[in-house]
Amino acid sequence: MNLSNSEILILIVIMALVTFFTRLFPFLFFKKQKTLSPYITYIGNYLPYSLIAMLVVYCFKDVTFFTFPSLIPEIITIAAIVFLHIWKRNFLISIGLGTFLYMFLIQTIF
Amino acid sequence: MKNFKYAFIKVIPVMIGYLFLGAGFGILLTTNGYNFLWAILMCLIIFAGSGQYLAVSLFLSGFNILNTIILTFLVNARHIFYGISMFPKFKNMGLYKPYMIFSLTDETYSLLCTLEVPGELDQTKVYFHIAWLNHFYWVLGGLFGAILGEVLTINIEGLSFIMTALFVTLLTEQWLKSKKSIPLLIGFLVTLICLILFKYVFINVDLFLIFSMLIIFVLLTIFRKNIEKGDRNEFK
Repeated sequence: MNLSNSEILILIVIMALVTFFTRLFPFLFFKKQKTLSPYITYIGNYLPYSLIAMLVVYCFKDVTFFTFPSLIPEIITIAAIVFLHIWKRNFLISIGLGTFLYMFLIQTIF
Repeated sequence: MKNFKYAFIKVIPVMIGYLFLGAGFGILLTTNGYNFLWAILMCLIIFAGSGQYLAVSLFLSGFNILNTIILTFLVNARHIFYGISMFPKFKNMGLYKPYMIFSLTDETYSLLCTLEVPGELDQTKVYFHIAWLNHFYWVLGGLFGAILGEVLTINIEGLSFIMTALFVTLLTEQWLKSKKSIPLLIGFLVTLICLILFKYVFINVDLFLIFSMLIIFVLLTIFRKNIEKGDRNEFK
């Protein structure tokens, strides 16, 4: 779908404002309290894990699930990325090689 | 100058990562037909890696303000918890403070968390140099990739997987750091089930994310005792 320049600009400004809002949020709302409630601390500690896992799944929203060979290159690549990251623990290697592997798989094999 | 030199050396790993990820974003945006100037503007005023990658797929799905707000918020929600650990660090930063908050990315956050600035240096200046250098490298990477994307004619099919790769890597890193598997599994399974339900039963994926998020929140709240207990046992 093609957006006009003003539509793109509006979306970019919205994204900038929302992003800044998430960073500003604790300074606006939590600052007055001396210590954070245990519940907020708990959510703060654990929610990011759930959210990033959620975002991984979100990336698959346009993939068809139940037909061959969809999902196979994705699963191979994700396994490779996890393995690479546990092994080397280097963001650049994991993301770079992972993306390259996926491009290779879908352009040549699948 | 001493402050700058110290900050410059500390951000080198982030520099490499930002040039690379920024370039990936620039290529992705321009090869989808958007002018390179948009890439620079986004790197300047949004300054959020995963958020900007997501933006490309948002543009492609049409002009939808509500979706843009919800998804941008979800992708960046983790930032809310970064600020909490920055209260004491930013307290005396005066005029620099608003910029420090604006530029609090994952990478700047993790640098500031672990950094112990030597006594003879000015901590405020070091923090500020780290923040603007990271911002600068991010814009530079975006510009570089955007120009590359405009002249390049290579087959980029599959490049958008870089966003998935980024999230998988972040997830693996978080898990390696603390082995908190229950919230991770909750997030994964809930979202997967919701996606399949909305996609194949309700035939509309628009609301699946907000729905997943609500269920995750409820489950984390219900199982709080179990999750915290499980965590303590691991440390014993």
